[in-house]
Amino acid sequence: MDRYFDAIDKFSARLTRRVIQFRWLVLMGVVVMTFGAGTGMSKLEFAANYRTFFSDDNPELAAFESLQATYTKNDNILFVLEPLEDTAFTNNTLAAVEALTAEAWKIPYAIRVDSVSNFQYTSAIDDDLIVEDLILGAKDLTPAELASRKDIALEEPLLVNQLVTPSGAVTAVNVVLQYPEKNLMEVPEAVNAARALSERIETDFSGINISLTGVSMLNNAFSEVGQMDAGTLMPLMFLVILVMAWLILRSIAGTVSILLVIAFSTIVGMGVAGFFGVKLTPISMSATTVILTLAVADSIHILISMRGLMREGMSKFDAIPEAVRLNFVPVTITSITTIVGFLSLNFSDSPPFWHLGNITAVGIGAAWLFSITLLPVLVSLLPVKVKEAHEAEWSQIMMTRLADFVIAHYRKLLFGISVVVLVFMAFIPSITFNDQWVEYFDERVEFRTDSDQALKHFGLYPIEFSVPAFEAGGVSEPEYLEYLEKFVVFLRSQSEVIHVYSITDIMKRLNKNMHGDDSSFYKIPDNRELSAQYLLLFELSLPYGLDLNDRINVDKSATRVTAMLHKATTSETKIFLANSRQWMAENWPEYMQAQPTSAQVMFTYITDRNIHNMITGTIAAIFAIALIMIVALRSFRLGMLSMIPNGLPLLMTFGAWALLIGEVGFSVATVASISLGIIVDDTVHFLSKYVRARNEKGLSSEDSIRYAYRNVGMAIIVNTIILVVGFLVLTTSAFKMNVDMGLMTIMSILFALLLDFLFLPALLLVMEKGKSTVSTSDSRSVPESL
Amino acid sequence: MKRRNFFSAAFASVLRLSVVGALGASQLLLSPVMAATSEESMPDQVKGFDIAARSDRSDRGFGDSEAEMTMVLRNAAGEEASRSMRFTTLEIPDESVGDKSLVLFSTPRDIEGTALLSHAKMLDPDDQWLYLPALKRVKRISSRNKSGPFVGSEFAFEDFTASELNKFSYTYLQQEACGELLCDVVERIPRYENSGYTKQLAWVDTTDYQIRKIEFYDRRGSLLKELKFEDYRKYGDSYWRSHRLIMRNLQTNKSTDLVYGEYTFGVGLTDNDFVKGRLARLR
Repeated sequence: MDRYFDAIDKFSARLTRRVIQFRWLVLMGVVVMTFGAGTGMSKLEFAANYRTFFSDDNPELAAFESLQATYTKNDNILFVLEPLEDTAFTNNTLAAVEALTAEAWKIPYAIRVDSVSNFQYTSAIDDDLIVEDLILGAKDLTPAELASRKDIALEEPLLVNQLVTPSGAVTAVNVVLQYPEKNLMEVPEAVNAARALSERIETDFSGINISLTGVSMLNNAFSEVGQMDAGTLMPLMFLVILVMAWLILRSIAGTVSILLVIAFSTIVGMGVAGFFGVKLTPISMSATTVILTLAVADSIHILISMRGLMREGMSKFDAIPEAVRLNFVPVTITSITTIVGFLSLNFSDSPPFWHLGNITAVGIGAAWLFSITLLPVLVSLLPVKVKEAHEAEWSQIMMTRLADFVIAHYRKLLFGISVVVLVFMAFIPSITFNDQWVEYFDERVEFRTDSDQALKHFGLYPIEFSVPAFEAGGVSEPEYLEYLEKFVVFLRSQSEVIHVYSITDIMKRLNKNMHGDDSSFYKIPDNRELSAQYLLLFELSLPYGLDLNDRINVDKSATRVTAMLHKATTSETKIFLANSRQWMAENWPEYMQAQPTSAQVMFTYITDRNIHNMITGTIAAIFAIALIMIVALRSFRLGMLSMIPNGLPLLMTFGAWALLIGEVGFSVATVASISLGIIVDDTVHFLSKYVRARNEKGLSSEDSIRYAYRNVGMAIIVNTIILVVGFLVLTTSAFKMNVDMGLMTIMSILFALLLDFLFLPALLLVMEKGKSTVSTSDSRSVPESL
Repeated sequence: MKRRNFFSAAFASVLRLSVVGALGASQLLLSPVMAATSEESMPDQVKGFDIAARSDRSDRGFGDSEAEMTMVLRNAAGEEASRSMRFTTLEIPDESVGDKSLVLFSTPRDIEGTALLSHAKMLDPDDQWLYLPALKRVKRISSRNKSGPFVGSEFAFEDFTASELNKFSYTYLQQEACGELLCDVVERIPRYENSGYTKQLAWVDTTDYQIRKIEFYDRRGSLLKELKFEDYRKYGDSYWRSHRLIMRNLQTNKSTDLVYGEYTFGVGLTDNDFVKGRLARLR
């Protein structure tokens, strides 16, 4: 007998007896603690900003924030108007655009509205520069006037593909918003106003379908999808656990106890998050599902043991402390390893994953505490009856057969599974990353369908370049403008680019206007003073909100060029960015070199950043867990050995994903940490029983393997089923990152089961054979279950 | 209508009442402001108009003025840029015609010599001509809506050209402390259709009757900008001029300061100095 296990056993059994002795006090303490922590939940709010996915020291975010401070903020709502007719240039549709443009100014926090109607069209009559709305009084325009407006719009580089399609069939109204960022209701407030306005326009002007997209709609979708998940996932999860617990335990008392334990654990996890001021995202919301799933395991193990003991004739009050004693070490170790796995999410570059990790860690800690306190109390209070059942014997036979099979064929298994693992691993490099924010949401989310609709006609992924000139006022230098114009031509030749917004188009138009609309002057002015004075003139003639301050910085030493990308994947965006940088390096003087920036750029690099950070995090977690195993199992060799069945399922999962699905978002980087903490549990249970048999009972390695199968084989399978079902619930999320996370975790859990059952025992045998070539007590009979 | 200069006079000249003689209630009712509002004039509207009139009277008869001005623009990131120009204003005694003004830009260098001539109108867009030295031509700007920022600043053109009294209707709100002084707070609503604002609040002190602060509200009714008038100096017996105007856009966090040099009054300008033909020969 190992004194170490002995001490823990004695402690846990004594603890449980004490807990039951003072059960009302314990119950009260647990309730007070839970509701005390639970008050923090009232502080929880949904973040409505994609920026929460980026940490404060993310360099792409810093670059983008700096651009926005120099020019204007980039939050927008894009209304896409699709009339039933094949042209938007009808009295009805243009009147709708005009009304929408006027009303959009009243959307909270709107600072600018752009449309074909308020486009500031300039023309010249003699020495008059006429600046006017392109469309005014649309209702009363004659067919000839409509046709001329259409021609102007479709020839205007600033409009085509940005606010009107090249055919003139679909048009858009863009609203730029600037939020004070004082509270989280600002975005929903603006979005609700935009939706109401869109409905009003659809009603007032029949035959027009309006889709809403843009950064503000995206931000709002993050909070909406989180709330949607909270509304569907949580109830579904409780239902699933209720059914499963009933099927496994066939006991009302057990089921009720489990539900209370997991509910309390989740409340503590979320409550603590509230106290720390965590802003909820669909990612951090998934912590509730994860806690519910993982918290079940501890209780199930204890309750299954208790049922077994009672079937063997123990009284309930003797069976409870004994069940806790038997499970105390594995339950504690699995809780710690799971916590370590989730805490390693803090290595991520994305705060929502920190929150997921920390909330889950707290919840798992609470679940552990409640499993050894609240659970015994509840079971002791509620009536528990145990029926004689034969299924247990059936499962024991199955497990024994499995054990015999593995022991008999362990060399073949070792070889065969190694080959399978290597094949899967060979596919890992073929995995492709794609983080397109529109596709984070599934078709149940209005934002997704609307954005898909908008993407048929316009681009949604802007890339911004703030291009410096040589000195203050230098944006008017012909050299600068000519270089800029060449860049615009380059950008327009790129297949991903649907539209480019640059002041060079305004300059060329003004130059033409200033020369009596002579089209031979549709070019960059040839001296700096001329350009500067055109700009001054143009600025003097613009209406409220349509100024150039969002294009030119205050001392006129830089302008902003926006390349709008059509549906471009992360890898396509990366190629585009690399090509742009290369073009600038080759064609521009040193002073003009600009760094592309935008939300799209941020999402493009977030995968790289997260993977880089999470590799560190996962390796740290694997070693931390190995260390815990070494201490817990009191064996350096077994601890190190455990790294194989712990690490391989992750590699197999990535390989299988590459093979089956191929594409994944940056959430993949975090799957390793999440899965690791969970799959370790099987190894812990198997090895701790194995060690108990070897050390406590002095069995041979073969018999110890049989003992482990018989004692925890079924529990591991039951546990795997619970975890798989729990994460299946997560895959019903409307948020793709959660779906991917759920699916990958399920894969790794199943691979872990496979490896723990077929590979780990074979490894143990090889290791033992290597240590002492002769197996001493093959013939000893396997003792009955404890 | 009389006018001192574009910026510092922004509000005072607006509130100036052109009606000569004592201000009676009957005359008030006949004025366009009142005609535009309901038949039953609320006492607060009379009082608001009264405060405007008092401020206005304090500045009547300055004739013409000239001053150098530096404009400092600042964006949300704190970056600065400055522009300098000379303002000349001609007071037009005839109330049915707006004041005339000239802006001659001196820096940055690439707009040196560019000149803007403006004839203020009541409810129509102002007449404006710009001389572009690089093109050696005068261009008339035909635009119904000039509420955009003046040369990239936070001042809209209408912040100082739409300052005619009859462009607004007034309501007195309350009296409150403004710095060391006591101020009347008056709400004014633009009657000009294409205004970028739904309303403005003005703080007029009760000692010298000068404007200390204006708040501008956007089309949504949200506070958009705040303009503070500082460093008031008195010229002659009654002409007060603010020498530092600070406009802050509260939605974008950009700001613009206007810093004035000494004013010169009685330059001896006439209508002939404010015609487009003269623009090319300034400097």
